[in-house]
Amino acid sequence: MESPEALRDRLLARFPGASLELVANGSPSGQVSFRIDPAFLREVARFLRDDPELALDQCSNVTGLDSPDREVVETVKESQPGAPGGPPVVTERKQTRIAPGHLEVIYHLYSVARRHGPVILRARTGNRTDAVSLPSLTPVWRSCEFQEREVFDLYGVVFEGHPDLRRILMWDAFTGHPMRKDYVEPDDYEWEPTPHGDVLAKARRHYPSAAAPGAAQPSP
Amino acid sequence: MSEAPAEASVPGPLSAEERDELRRHGILLTSVQELYNWGRSHSVWPLNFGLACCAIEMIAASMARFDIARFGSEVFRPSPRQADLIIVSGTVTKKMAPHVVRLWNQMPEPKYCIAMGACAISGGPFKQGYNVLKGIDRFIPVDVYIPGCPPRPEALLHGLVQLQEKIRQQPLRGPDAPRHLRSDLPCDATVPELGAEDIEPPFSPEIWKPPTLVRPDKA
Repeated sequence: MESPEALRDRLLARFPGASLELVANGSPSGQVSFRIDPAFLREVARFLRDDPELALDQCSNVTGLDSPDREVVETVKESQPGAPGGPPVVTERKQTRIAPGHLEVIYHLYSVARRHGPVILRARTGNRTDAVSLPSLTPVWRSCEFQEREVFDLYGVVFEGHPDLRRILMWDAFTGHPMRKDYVEPDDYEWEPTPHGDVLAKARRHYPSAAAPGAAQPSP
Repeated sequence: MSEAPAEASVPGPLSAEERDELRRHGILLTSVQELYNWGRSHSVWPLNFGLACCAIEMIAASMARFDIARFGSEVFRPSPRQADLIIVSGTVTKKMAPHVVRLWNQMPEPKYCIAMGACAISGGPFKQGYNVLKGIDRFIPVDVYIPGCPPRPEALLHGLVQLQEKIRQQPLRGPDAPRHLRSDLPCDATVPELGAEDIEPPFSPEIWKPPTLVRPDKA
Protein backbone atom coordinates (compact mmCIF):
# COMPACT_ATOMS: atom_id res chain seq x y z
CA MET A 1 0.00 0.00 0.00
CA GLU A 2 1.16 3.52 -0.68
CA SER A 3 2.55 5.61 2.17
CA PRO A 4 0.14 7.69 4.25
CA GLU A 5 1.63 10.89 2.86
CA ALA A 6 1.10 9.72 -0.72
CA LEU A 7 -2.47 8.68 0.13
CA ARG A 8 -3.10 12.06 1.70
CA ASP A 9 -1.85 13.85 -1.38
CA ARG A 10 -3.95 11.66 -3.63
CA LEU A 11 -7.06 12.31 -1.51
CA LEU A 12 -6.40 16.05 -1.50
CA ALA A 13 -6.05 16.02 -5.28
CA ARG A 14 -9.25 14.01 -5.61
CA PHE A 15 -11.24 16.11 -3.11
CA PRO A 16 -10.10 19.69 -3.38
CA GLY A 17 -11.43 21.77 -0.53
CA ALA A 18 -11.56 18.92 1.96
CA SER A 19 -9.53 19.46 5.08
CA LEU A 20 -7.43 16.39 5.61
CA GLU A 21 -4.96 16.11 8.41
CA LEU A 22 -2.45 13.36 9.07
CA VAL A 23 -2.51 12.51 12.80
CA ALA A 24 0.75 11.06 14.06
CA ASN A 25 0.84 8.24 16.56
CA GLY A 26 3.62 8.09 19.12
CA SER A 27 3.01 4.48 20.11
CA PRO A 28 5.25 1.63 18.88
CA SER A 29 2.68 0.62 16.29
CA GLY A 30 3.03 4.05 14.68
CA GLN A 31 -0.30 3.77 12.92
CA VAL A 32 -1.08 7.20 11.53
CA SER A 33 -4.65 8.23 10.91
CA PHE A 34 -6.49 10.74 8.75
CA ARG A 35 -8.70 13.35 10.34
CA ILE A 36 -11.29 14.30 7.78
CA ASP A 37 -13.78 17.10 7.43
CA PRO A 38 -17.19 15.49 8.25
CA ALA A 39 -18.71 17.07 5.12
CA PHE A 40 -16.42 14.94 2.94
CA LEU A 41 -16.33 11.84 5.13
CA ARG A 42 -18.74 9.70 3.18
CA GLU A 43 -17.34 10.59 -0.26
CA VAL A 44 -13.81 9.87 0.96
CA ALA A 45 -15.03 6.56 2.41
CA ARG A 46 -16.65 5.58 -0.87
CA PHE A 47 -13.47 6.48 -2.74
CA LEU A 48 -11.36 4.37 -0.37
CA ARG A 49 -13.67 1.42 -0.84
CA ASP A 50 -13.97 1.67 -4.64
CA ASP A 51 -10.44 2.68 -5.54
CA PRO A 52 -8.91 -0.39 -7.23
CA GLU A 53 -5.50 0.10 -5.63
CA LEU A 54 -6.81 0.51 -2.09
CA ALA A 55 -9.97 -1.64 -2.22
CA LEU A 56 -10.66 -1.15 1.49
CA ASP A 57 -13.62 -3.49 1.52
CA GLN A 58 -13.87 -4.14 5.27
CA CYS A 59 -14.55 -1.78 8.13
CA SER A 60 -13.44 -3.83 11.10
CA ASN A 61 -13.83 -1.37 13.94
CA VAL A 62 -15.75 1.78 14.81
CA THR A 63 -15.06 3.47 18.10
CA GLY A 64 -15.51 6.80 19.80
CA LEU A 65 -13.51 9.30 21.76
CA ASP A 66 -14.67 12.00 24.14
CA SER A 67 -12.68 15.18 24.71
CA PRO A 68 -14.42 17.35 27.30
CA ASP A 69 -14.21 21.13 27.43
CA ARG A 70 -10.93 22.20 28.97
CA GLU A 71 -9.40 25.39 30.25
CA VAL A 72 -6.44 26.72 28.30
CA VAL A 73 -4.11 29.26 29.91
CA GLU A 74 -2.56 31.57 27.35
CA THR A 75 0.07 34.24 27.83
CA VAL A 76 -0.73 37.41 25.91
CA LYS A 77 1.95 40.01 25.25
CA GLU A 78 0.86 43.59 24.86
CA SER A 79 3.18 46.35 23.86
CA GLN A 80 2.33 49.96 24.57
CA PRO A 81 4.33 52.96 23.48
CA GLY A 82 6.56 53.91 26.40
CA ALA A 83 8.34 57.10 27.10
CA PRO A 84 9.08 59.19 24.00
CA GLY A 85 12.22 57.95 22.42
CA GLY A 86 12.40 54.89 24.65
CA PRO A 87 11.48 51.27 23.90
CA PRO A 88 7.80 50.24 24.03
CA VAL A 89 6.63 48.79 27.34
CA VAL A 90 5.75 45.11 26.94
CA THR A 91 3.36 43.70 29.50
CA GLU A 92 2.48 40.03 29.77
CA ARG A 93 -0.76 38.83 31.17
CA LYS A 94 -2.30 35.42 31.41
CA GLN A 95 -5.82 34.74 30.26
CA THR A 96 -7.80 31.57 30.39
CA ARG A 97 -10.27 30.50 27.79
CA ILE A 98 -12.45 27.45 27.48
CA ALA A 99 -11.41 25.25 24.58
CA PRO A 100 -14.61 23.57 23.44
CA GLY A 101 -14.64 19.80 23.59
CA HIS A 102 -15.70 17.42 20.89
CA LEU A 103 -16.61 13.85 20.20
CA GLU A 104 -14.57 11.89 17.71
CA VAL A 105 -15.38 8.74 15.77
CA ILE A 106 -12.63 6.44 14.50
CA TYR A 107 -12.95 3.87 11.72
CA HIS A 108 -10.41 1.11 11.05
CA LEU A 109 -10.46 -0.04 7.43
CA TYR A 110 -8.84 -3.12 5.94
CA SER A 111 -8.68 -4.68 2.51
CA VAL A 112 -9.43 -8.37 2.38
CA ALA A 113 -8.95 -8.44 -1.38
CA ARG A 114 -5.50 -6.84 -1.34
CA ARG A 115 -4.51 -7.88 2.19
CA HIS A 116 -3.46 -4.56 3.57
CA GLY A 117 -4.53 -2.14 6.20
CA PRO A 118 -5.48 -0.58 8.42
CA VAL A 119 -6.33 2.85 7.11
CA ILE A 120 -7.72 4.84 10.01
CA LEU A 121 -10.26 7.61 9.54
CA ARG A 122 -11.24 10.10 12.20
CA ALA A 123 -13.98 12.70 12.22
CA ARG A 124 -14.89 15.21 14.90
CA THR A 125 -18.22 16.68 15.88
CA GLY A 126 -18.63 20.41 16.40
CA ASN A 127 -19.13 20.17 20.15
CA ARG A 128 -20.50 17.79 22.76
CA THR A 129 -23.99 19.21 23.20
CA ASP A 130 -25.98 20.26 20.14
CA ALA A 131 -23.72 19.73 17.11
CA VAL A 132 -23.07 16.04 17.61
CA SER A 133 -24.08 14.64 14.25
CA LEU A 134 -21.75 13.00 11.76
CA PRO A 135 -22.49 11.23 8.49
CA SER A 136 -23.01 7.52 8.92
CA LEU A 137 -20.75 5.17 6.99
CA THR A 138 -23.25 2.30 7.18
CA PRO A 139 -24.29 2.94 3.56
CA VAL A 140 -20.66 2.37 2.60
CA TRP A 141 -19.77 -0.57 4.87
CA ARG A 142 -22.68 -2.54 6.27
CA SER A 143 -20.49 -3.75 9.15
CA CYS A 144 -20.60 -0.26 10.67
CA GLU A 145 -24.27 -0.58 11.59
CA PHE A 146 -24.07 -2.13 15.06
CA GLN A 147 -20.83 -0.38 15.96
CA GLU A 148 -22.23 3.02 15.05
CA ARG A 149 -25.26 2.20 17.19
CA GLU A 150 -22.86 1.43 20.02
CA VAL A 151 -21.06 4.76 19.58
CA PHE A 152 -24.46 6.47 19.53
CA ASP A 153 -25.46 4.64 22.70
CA LEU A 154 -22.31 5.16 24.72
CA TYR A 155 -21.05 8.53 23.38
CA GLY A 156 -24.14 10.21 21.96
CA VAL A 157 -22.89 10.79 18.42
CA VAL A 158 -25.88 11.04 16.05
CA PHE A 159 -25.13 9.34 12.73
CA GLU A 160 -27.06 10.87 9.87
CA GLY A 161 -28.12 8.41 7.23
CA HIS A 162 -27.96 5.43 9.59
CA PRO A 163 -30.82 3.05 8.76
CA ASP A 164 -31.68 2.07 12.34
CA LEU A 165 -30.16 4.37 14.93
CA ARG A 166 -31.27 3.02 18.30
CA ARG A 167 -29.50 2.21 21.54
CA ILE A 168 -27.90 -1.20 21.40
CA LEU A 169 -26.41 -1.93 24.83
CA MET A 170 -28.46 0.20 27.21
CA TRP A 171 -32.25 0.19 27.18
CA ASP A 172 -34.29 2.66 25.15
CA ALA A 173 -35.52 4.70 28.13
CA PHE A 174 -31.94 5.27 29.36
CA THR A 175 -30.87 8.90 29.09
CA GLY A 176 -27.10 9.10 29.71
CA HIS A 177 -24.09 8.27 27.57
CA PRO A 178 -21.94 6.12 29.86
CA MET A 179 -18.60 6.41 28.05
CA ARG A 180 -18.56 10.20 28.21
CA LYS A 181 -16.10 11.58 30.75
CA ASP A 182 -18.79 13.56 32.55
CA TYR A 183 -21.22 10.65 32.91
CA VAL A 184 -22.51 10.35 36.47
CA GLU A 185 -23.46 6.78 37.29
CA PRO A 186 -26.19 5.78 39.76
CA ASP A 187 -25.01 6.26 43.33
CA ASP A 188 -25.36 2.66 44.44
CA TYR A 189 -21.92 1.71 45.76
CA GLU A 190 -21.86 -1.27 48.06
CA TRP A 191 -19.15 -2.38 50.40
CA GLU A 192 -16.53 -4.73 49.00
CA PRO A 193 -13.47 -6.18 50.70
CA THR A 194 -10.60 -4.96 48.52
CA PRO A 195 -11.53 -1.73 46.75
CA HIS A 196 -8.90 -0.15 44.55
CA GLY A 197 -8.66 2.53 41.89
CA ASP A 198 -11.94 4.26 41.11
CA VAL A 199 -13.81 1.88 43.40
CA LEU A 200 -11.59 2.93 46.31
CA ALA A 201 -12.49 6.57 45.64
CA LYS A 202 -16.16 5.60 45.71
CA ALA A 203 -15.64 3.62 48.92
CA ARG A 204 -14.04 6.65 50.61
CA ARG A 205 -16.95 8.81 49.55
CA HIS A 206 -19.47 6.41 51.05
CA TYR A 207 -17.61 5.20 54.14
CA PRO A 208 -15.03 7.93 54.91
CA SER A 209 -13.77 6.40 58.13
CA ALA A 210 -13.99 2.80 57.11
CA ALA A 211 -12.10 3.09 53.85
CA ALA A 212 -9.32 5.34 55.11
CA PRO A 213 -5.89 3.85 54.44
CA GLY A 214 -4.74 1.74 57.33
CA ALA A 215 -8.14 1.56 58.94
CA ALA A 216 -9.58 -1.80 59.86
CA GLN A 217 -11.82 -3.07 57.11
CA PRO A 218 -15.44 -3.39 58.21
CA SER A 219 -17.34 -6.58 57.72
CA PRO A 220 -20.64 -6.37 55.89
CA MET B 1 -51.29 -32.29 49.96
CA SER B 2 -53.98 -31.42 52.44
CA GLU B 3 -54.57 -35.17 53.04
CA ALA B 4 -51.05 -35.60 54.42
CA PRO B 5 -51.37 -37.21 57.82
CA ALA B 6 -50.69 -35.01 60.80
CA GLU B 7 -48.18 -37.47 62.23
CA ALA B 8 -46.08 -37.14 59.06
CA SER B 9 -43.60 -34.83 60.71
CA VAL B 10 -43.22 -36.75 63.97
CA PRO B 11 -40.74 -39.64 63.90
CA GLY B 12 -42.39 -43.00 63.57
CA PRO B 13 -42.17 -45.68 66.23
CA LEU B 14 -39.75 -47.67 64.06
CA SER B 15 -36.06 -46.79 64.00
CA ALA B 16 -34.13 -46.51 60.76
CA GLU B 17 -32.41 -49.85 61.42
CA GLU B 18 -35.73 -51.56 61.90
CA ARG B 19 -37.02 -50.09 58.69
CA ASP B 20 -33.92 -51.28 56.82
CA GLU B 21 -34.47 -54.72 58.29
CA LEU B 22 -38.08 -54.67 57.07
CA ARG B 23 -36.94 -53.44 53.64
CA ARG B 24 -34.65 -56.45 53.34
CA HIS B 25 -37.72 -58.60 53.80
CA GLY B 26 -39.60 -56.74 51.08
CA ILE B 27 -41.68 -54.44 53.28
CA LEU B 28 -41.41 -50.75 52.45
CA LEU B 29 -42.51 -48.24 55.05
CA THR B 30 -42.70 -44.54 54.31
CA SER B 31 -44.79 -41.44 54.94
CA VAL B 32 -46.61 -39.27 52.45
CA GLN B 33 -44.22 -36.44 53.20
CA GLU B 34 -41.19 -38.60 52.57
CA LEU B 35 -42.62 -40.01 49.35
CA TYR B 36 -43.76 -36.62 48.14
CA ASN B 37 -40.43 -34.93 48.84
CA TRP B 38 -38.51 -37.87 47.40
CA GLY B 39 -40.40 -37.56 44.14
CA ARG B 40 -40.12 -33.79 44.11
CA SER B 41 -36.39 -33.77 44.77
CA HIS B 42 -35.50 -36.24 42.02
CA SER B 43 -37.35 -34.58 39.17
CA VAL B 44 -36.13 -31.00 39.32
CA TRP B 45 -36.36 -29.86 35.72
CA PRO B 46 -34.24 -26.79 35.01
CA LEU B 47 -35.17 -23.98 32.67
CA ASN B 48 -33.17 -23.98 29.45
CA PHE B 49 -31.76 -20.54 30.13
CA GLY B 50 -28.20 -19.26 30.13
CA LEU B 51 -26.85 -15.76 30.58
CA ALA B 52 -23.06 -15.78 30.25
CA CYS B 53 -19.99 -17.98 30.60
CA CYS B 54 -21.49 -19.88 33.57
CA ALA B 55 -24.03 -21.22 31.08
CA ILE B 56 -21.18 -23.02 29.28
CA GLU B 57 -20.42 -24.88 32.50
CA MET B 58 -24.13 -25.60 32.92
CA ILE B 59 -24.17 -27.09 29.40
CA ALA B 60 -21.08 -29.12 30.24
CA ALA B 61 -22.85 -30.42 33.37
CA SER B 62 -25.72 -31.63 31.21
CA MET B 63 -23.46 -33.49 28.76
CA ALA B 64 -22.19 -37.05 28.96
CA ARG B 65 -19.05 -36.46 31.01
CA PHE B 66 -20.76 -34.90 34.03
CA ASP B 67 -24.27 -36.10 33.21
CA ILE B 68 -26.77 -34.17 35.29
CA ALA B 69 -29.27 -36.91 34.28
CA ARG B 70 -27.89 -39.00 37.16
CA PHE B 71 -29.73 -36.62 39.48
CA GLY B 72 -32.98 -36.47 37.54
CA SER B 73 -32.42 -32.97 36.14
CA GLU B 74 -31.55 -33.73 32.54
CA VAL B 75 -34.82 -32.43 31.13
CA PHE B 76 -33.96 -28.82 30.32
CA ARG B 77 -37.31 -27.25 29.49
CA PRO B 78 -37.48 -24.51 26.88
CA SER B 79 -40.62 -23.05 28.48
CA PRO B 80 -40.82 -21.62 32.00
CA ARG B 81 -44.31 -23.16 32.27
CA GLN B 82 -42.74 -26.63 32.42
CA ALA B 83 -39.66 -25.85 34.51
CA ASP B 84 -39.09 -26.27 38.25
CA LEU B 85 -35.68 -24.69 38.60
CA ILE B 86 -34.11 -21.52 37.22
CA ILE B 87 -30.31 -21.63 37.20
CA VAL B 88 -29.27 -17.98 36.96
CA SER B 89 -26.02 -18.75 35.17
CA GLY B 90 -24.13 -15.55 34.58
CA THR B 91 -24.09 -11.77 34.75
CA VAL B 92 -27.54 -10.23 35.10
CA THR B 93 -27.35 -6.84 33.44
CA LYS B 94 -29.88 -4.24 34.47
CA LYS B 95 -31.37 -4.47 31.00
CA MET B 96 -31.84 -8.24 31.44
CA ALA B 97 -33.13 -8.15 35.03
CA PRO B 98 -36.84 -7.56 34.25
CA HIS B 99 -36.83 -10.48 31.83
CA VAL B 100 -35.22 -12.85 34.33
CA VAL B 101 -37.77 -11.89 36.99
CA ARG B 102 -40.59 -12.28 34.48
CA LEU B 103 -39.37 -15.79 33.61
CA TRP B 104 -39.37 -16.59 37.33
CA ASN B 105 -42.95 -15.32 37.64
CA GLN B 106 -44.01 -17.47 34.69
CA MET B 107 -42.74 -20.66 36.35
CA PRO B 108 -45.37 -22.65 38.26
CA GLU B 109 -44.91 -23.57 41.90
CA PRO B 110 -43.10 -25.45 43.32
CA LYS B 111 -40.09 -23.62 41.88
CA TYR B 112 -36.51 -23.18 42.97
CA CYS B 113 -33.68 -20.81 42.09
CA ILE B 114 -29.95 -21.47 41.98
CA ALA B 115 -27.63 -18.45 41.71
CA MET B 116 -24.66 -19.84 39.80
CA GLY B 117 -21.37 -17.96 39.87
CA ALA B 118 -20.05 -14.72 41.33
CA CYS B 119 -22.09 -12.47 39.02
CA ALA B 120 -25.46 -14.00 39.81
CA ILE B 121 -24.64 -13.94 43.53
CA SER B 122 -23.33 -10.37 43.87
CA GLY B 123 -22.50 -8.85 40.49
CA GLY B 124 -19.02 -10.35 40.77
CA PRO B 125 -16.26 -8.40 39.04
CA PHE B 126 -18.89 -6.05 37.58
CA LYS B 127 -20.44 -5.23 40.97
CA GLN B 128 -19.50 -1.55 40.93
CA GLY B 129 -20.45 -1.00 37.31
CA TYR B 130 -23.35 1.11 36.20
CA ASN B 131 -25.08 -1.58 34.17
CA VAL B 132 -25.02 -4.78 36.25
CA LEU B 133 -27.46 -6.00 38.87
CA LYS B 134 -25.65 -6.63 42.16
CA GLY B 135 -27.05 -10.12 42.66
CA ILE B 136 -30.26 -11.78 41.52
CA ASP B 137 -31.36 -12.24 45.16
CA ARG B 138 -32.51 -8.63 45.06
CA PHE B 139 -35.59 -9.80 43.15
CA ILE B 140 -35.80 -13.59 43.32
CA PRO B 141 -35.62 -15.74 46.49
CA VAL B 142 -32.49 -17.85 45.93
CA ASP B 143 -32.36 -21.39 47.33
CA VAL B 144 -28.72 -22.32 46.64
CA TYR B 145 -25.72 -20.08 45.93
CA ILE B 146 -22.83 -21.64 43.99
CA PRO B 147 -19.68 -19.51 44.17
CA GLY B 148 -17.07 -19.65 41.43
CA CYS B 149 -16.09 -17.74 38.34
CA PRO B 150 -17.42 -19.84 36.71
CA PRO B 151 -18.12 -22.81 39.01
CA ARG B 152 -17.02 -26.18 37.71
CA PRO B 153 -19.76 -28.59 36.59
CA GLU B 154 -19.05 -30.61 39.73
CA ALA B 155 -19.91 -27.53 41.79
CA LEU B 156 -23.21 -27.18 39.96
CA LEU B 157 -23.96 -30.85 40.62
CA HIS B 158 -23.10 -30.32 44.28
CA GLY B 159 -25.42 -27.33 44.37
CA LEU B 160 -28.18 -29.43 42.83
CA VAL B 161 -27.64 -32.16 45.44
CA GLN B 162 -27.83 -29.50 48.15
CA LEU B 163 -31.11 -28.29 46.66
CA GLN B 164 -32.43 -31.87 46.66
CA GLU B 165 -31.38 -32.21 50.29
CA LYS B 166 -33.21 -28.97 51.09
CA ILE B 167 -36.36 -30.22 49.35
CA ARG B 168 -36.22 -33.52 51.23
CA GLN B 169 -36.02 -31.70 54.57
CA GLN B 170 -39.11 -29.55 53.98
CA PRO B 171 -42.10 -30.34 56.22
CA LEU B 172 -45.39 -30.24 54.37
CA ARG B 173 -47.28 -28.50 57.16
CA GLY B 174 -46.69 -25.85 59.72
CA PRO B 175 -44.79 -22.57 59.59
CA ASP B 176 -41.82 -24.12 57.75
CA ALA B 177 -43.89 -25.52 54.90
CA PRO B 178 -42.68 -24.63 51.41
CA ARG B 179 -44.09 -21.67 49.57
CA HIS B 180 -46.35 -23.62 47.24
CA LEU B 181 -48.27 -25.24 50.11
CA ARG B 182 -49.06 -21.97 51.84
CA SER B 183 -51.44 -19.22 50.97
CA ASP B 184 -49.80 -16.46 53.03
CA LEU B 185 -46.60 -16.19 50.97
CA PRO B 186 -46.54 -14.43 47.59
CA CYS B 187 -45.34 -16.47 44.63
CA ASP B 188 -44.68 -13.53 42.32
CA ALA B 189 -41.60 -11.35 42.47
CA THR B 190 -41.59 -7.62 41.74
CA VAL B 191 -40.66 -6.99 38.11
CA PRO B 192 -38.44 -3.89 37.91
CA GLU B 193 -39.02 -1.18 35.33
CA LEU B 194 -36.28 0.21 33.11
CA GLY B 195 -35.97 3.82 34.24
CA ALA B 196 -34.07 6.80 32.90
CA GLU B 197 -30.89 6.07 34.87
CA ASP B 198 -31.41 2.81 36.74
CA ILE B 199 -33.94 0.06 37.18
CA GLU B 200 -36.93 1.01 39.32
CA PRO B 201 -36.94 -0.18 42.05
CA PRO B 202 -33.23 -1.13 42.36
CA PHE B 203 -34.23 -4.04 44.61
CA SER B 204 -37.39 -5.66 45.87
CA PRO B 205 -37.81 -4.54 49.51
CA GLU B 206 -39.99 -7.57 50.35
CA ILE B 207 -37.21 -10.08 49.87
CA TRP B 208 -33.97 -8.14 50.16
CA LYS B 209 -32.66 -5.60 52.65
CA PRO B 210 -29.54 -3.52 52.02
CA PRO B 211 -26.64 -4.77 54.16
CA THR B 212 -25.75 -2.63 57.14
CA LEU B 213 -22.12 -2.06 57.90
CA VAL B 214 -20.99 -3.20 61.34
CA ARG B 215 -17.51 -2.06 62.33
CA PRO B 216 -15.68 -4.79 64.23
CA ASP B 217 -14.38 -2.24 66.76
CA LYS B 218 -17.87 -0.78 67.33
CA ALA B 219 -19.82 -4.02 67.52
